[in-house]
Amino acid sequence: MSRPPVETSAERFRTINGGRIDRTRRLSFTFDGKPLTGHPGDTLASALLASGVHLVGRSFKYHRPRGILSAGSEEPNALVTVRRGWRRATPNLRATEVELYDGLVAESQNRWPSLAFDLASVNDRLAPLLSAGFYYKTFMGPRWGRLGANGAWTRLYEPLIRRMAGLGRAPLDSDPDRYATRYDHCDALIVGAGPAGLMAALAAAEAGLSVIVADEQAEPGGSLLAETTSAVHGRPAWTWLADTVAQLARMPRVRLLPRTTAFGCYPDHLIGLAERLGDHLAEVPKGLPRERLWQVRAREVVLATGAIERPLVFPGNDRPGIMLAGAVETYLERFGVMAGTRAVVVTACDSAYPIAANLAEHGIEVARIVELRQAAGEAARATAEAARLAIVAGAEVVGTRGRHRVRAAEIAAPGDRRERIDCDLVAMAGGFTPTLHLFSQLRGQLAWDEAAGTLLPAAAVPHVHVAGAAAGRSGLTDVLESGARAGEAAARSLASGGASQSAATPTRLSPRSATSAPSPARRRPAPPAGRAFVDFQNDVTASDLALATREGFQAIEHVKRYTTTGMATDQGKTSNVNALGLVGGLLGRGIDAVGHTTFRPPYTPVTFGTLAGEARGQLLDPIRVTGIDPSSRARGAVFEDVGQWQRARYFPRPGEDMHAAVARECRTVRGTVGVLDASTLGKIEVVGPGAAEFLDRLYVTALASLPVGRCRYAVMLSEAGFVMDDGIVARLADDRFHITTTTGGAARVLAHMEDYRQTEFTDLVCWLTSTTEQWGVIAVQGPKARDVLEPLIEGVNIAAGALPHMGVAEGRILGVPMRLFRVSFTGELGYEVNVASGYARDIWDELLARSEALGGCPYGTEAMHVLRAEKGFIIVGQESDGTVTPGDLGLPVGKAKADFVGKRSLARPDMVVSDRPQLVGLEVAEGGGVLEEGAQVTQHATPRPGTPALGHVTSAYWSEALRQPIALALVKGGRARIGETLHVPMPDGARVVRVVSPVFYDPLGDRIDG
Amino acid sequence: MLLIRCPYCEEDRPEVEFRYAGEAHVARSLQPSAESDADWAQYLYIRSSPKGWHRERWHHVHGCGRFLNALRHTVSDRIAATYAVGAALPEPPAPAQGGKADA
Repeated sequence: MSRPPVETSAERFRTINGGRIDRTRRLSFTFDGKPLTGHPGDTLASALLASGVHLVGRSFKYHRPRGILSAGSEEPNALVTVRRGWRRATPNLRATEVELYDGLVAESQNRWPSLAFDLASVNDRLAPLLSAGFYYKTFMGPRWGRLGANGAWTRLYEPLIRRMAGLGRAPLDSDPDRYATRYDHCDALIVGAGPAGLMAALAAAEAGLSVIVADEQAEPGGSLLAETTSAVHGRPAWTWLADTVAQLARMPRVRLLPRTTAFGCYPDHLIGLAERLGDHLAEVPKGLPRERLWQVRAREVVLATGAIERPLVFPGNDRPGIMLAGAVETYLERFGVMAGTRAVVVTACDSAYPIAANLAEHGIEVARIVELRQAAGEAARATAEAARLAIVAGAEVVGTRGRHRVRAAEIAAPGDRRERIDCDLVAMAGGFTPTLHLFSQLRGQLAWDEAAGTLLPAAAVPHVHVAGAAAGRSGLTDVLESGARAGEAAARSLASGGASQSAATPTRLSPRSATSAPSPARRRPAPPAGRAFVDFQNDVTASDLALATREGFQAIEHVKRYTTTGMATDQGKTSNVNALGLVGGLLGRGIDAVGHTTFRPPYTPVTFGTLAGEARGQLLDPIRVTGIDPSSRARGAVFEDVGQWQRARYFPRPGEDMHAAVARECRTVRGTVGVLDASTLGKIEVVGPGAAEFLDRLYVTALASLPVGRCRYAVMLSEAGFVMDDGIVARLADDRFHITTTTGGAARVLAHMEDYRQTEFTDLVCWLTSTTEQWGVIAVQGPKARDVLEPLIEGVNIAAGALPHMGVAEGRILGVPMRLFRVSFTGELGYEVNVASGYARDIWDELLARSEALGGCPYGTEAMHVLRAEKGFIIVGQESDGTVTPGDLGLPVGKAKADFVGKRSLARPDMVVSDRPQLVGLEVAEGGGVLEEGAQVTQHATPRPGTPALGHVTSAYWSEALRQPIALALVKGGRARIGETLHVPMPDGARVVRVVSPVFYDPLGDRIDG
Repeated sequence: MLLIRCPYCEEDRPEVEFRYAGEAHVARSLQPSAESDADWAQYLYIRSSPKGWHRERWHHVHGCGRFLNALRHTVSDRIAATYAVGAALPEPPAPAQGGKADA
């Protein structure tokens, strides 16, 4: 035997005829820059094999050369990056699933400088150092200065390992494509359009059910696509397939979804489907979504998901050219590709024999069938004899040769007769694993079935029907019949509301035909010596599993995490059952006692784009703007995000930076007048005969006694006694209140109030309505506030003394209905004008014009913060953090009231201790500058490490009124410390601060009346 | 995603319309000031966390806005019943013969 062909030329390994490819059209593509060709109907994998390209990737850890193992979505090795233009690069695609199109650009991954010569393949020589869990053991220390023992890991080892190991690289740009989302309902969702799925669909549709059939491949058919010899219902398989698909397509209540993976099953039969719409097209029509997420509620689910062939675990089982036997046949029959010229078939089950005969018939020389069992089944032996194939039974593979492609298999026959067989293809048949991921996600229990040699459903799940190879069936006749039964069972179950379920699905599904059933690989007591790979994608060998069990890992979930077997993008589709068998043998338990790891969604990787759908940018996180927003933008305001809102932060004039603008705005409000867009405040209308009592129970503040036409500042606590929100409660009538909440707290406060209204204080009749977006709010603050408003309003007398501080009245402004609050968050004479949001911009423009005529200006949230901090007014969420009581903040604690939400908690022992954090002001010593918010407050300038802080700075600003930096802080026992000198350590040295009252400006409140 | 029947809307609606609202039937004392510190702490912080049937509240926040009760199994996620505030308590389904059907 001469060396196998290494160089590639135009589709040298394509058969002369046959397959489901369109030989009349030729497609060009590149792999690592090399131009190659294929045909419509090819996958990237089949086209590469047609040109003799077997080396397609480098393994995750050892950078070993890897080829194409399978022909389906279970592929662990042949992962590629597909590029489309300069912005689109999709990594880690399985070449076995990538449909070929003209101009496709594919690249191998995890290699440098090239696939054939990869420097990091030195890892393979270092394999003894890189066993399971090596990174837990090897990369310790040395201590790295201040970073400690972990420093070497974070600075050196981890970045290095991350560069060396890994798969494809994620693109760095934002995704330019569009993704769609659809919701649907159906009577029966059928997963898999192979023979069982198609029969189930026919049966269910003929019974009148609405049906969705989802199949991950480009065309329906499943295993039938590689079936050229069998007949189905008297017709050639491909004819039956075409007829059946056409028949289903004509049925109005059937939806066939190709290229659609059912990737996850969620509670109450919500099934996630990922449909690929654009990636297989050479020219993607403009506007076509790349992928579509379907969220389907299915009343009945039929799982016709097939089975995945298992590799065999022997030394050197990972070289390019070593493939699953079924895949070799699929490439031959479906794609017209010979995966090699001279094959060794290694098998532990009878399924390999007809394949071997078929390969021989098509001109692939079968050098030997290596039968790991003592003997094959009778029918299998007869098949081999008829094809004159040489079998060596009771043998094993002890090694393979070949660097970039297998070129020999070394076998040990009984009596330790060693033999080296030249070959360029090794076909492995280790039995089949039914694909039961979705069954398990639907909370179906799996149990080891010794006769079938695999995990099978242990008990029926209501409204779930497993059919075909997924149910352990084999042989086309059985599979078809099982599919039809499942479709009928779904119809019966639907009609009876699930009552006929247990009759429809046997509690224990067993293969009906023992002779044609795949027998399991013989479980060895000990794993093979040498580098025998169990999990190809994560480079886990049999000896890694042995090491893990020696080191005490027994639970299969722990073994998985320690060795990483069954992880990565393929989630162990080809490896899991082999790992279970090995671990069972190593622990001296039956495989049935090992259990299995959890099958989590997604079945195959789903792009983030598909999951996100249209929910990107503003459609994911909408920006809320006020009615006044356009005016503020026109004035050049700088905005800040406050929750979802955007608020004007300051209004810089030419040449002003933020500090200058804020200082000017503060001076203007204190000196003349300023206007602020306060529309984002949360607002709730509380109406009803029980409204006053209800609010009295919800707030610390006494509100039952609030007279009509007045407001109060009110604090709301959680039941645990901590400050949750604050705002203004205004009484407009006996049974009507207008309350405000913090900008970020509106929804939370409404839910909290609804909870008590509906479930605790059910004796009170009142209604709550969110009115946040109904009202535009303009604060007019400053000594000239009255002068701004007076000429514009009617129906309210705001002459000095007429509308007192904390008064509320209804009237009109410029003819527009208005609620006018006399409130002040600045300490100055102030009003808040509430008008319907649609009018807010016009009213704002008028108020602003008049303010400016009087020397005023607009001000933003930053000036608002400075002005309120100068007065010691808190911001919930800034001065409070969910562990702060009203007493801590120096607010009234509602002693006079019998009860309100949170009151009992204020009397709990921890709430009354004297060294609780308390709100104080801090004055910074000369030259200290503005403190950092969040900085700690300490007794000493350089506290000993480990000393707890006394508190922290909650707000810090330059006070334009005081011409000095000010800060608010929560400090342990702070009120008793007023006058003390403390320290605030900052990165460039500690600042000396003096503890003072939190009210810095106008402590007597003289300015409130202008 | 769960389907939850809102007893007020009388519709099966997807879970995203609802917000979980904690264990049900944890009643606030009518006279909190009479509660001992220990009893009050129990009310505030201690919740049952059963492996099995659990009575819990959901808020139909993106629907009718009302609070409802549900009898949900914490292992299987199955909701046996939902019921309005103040309604009679439905009983958990009897475990099916053979034991494990409960989960």
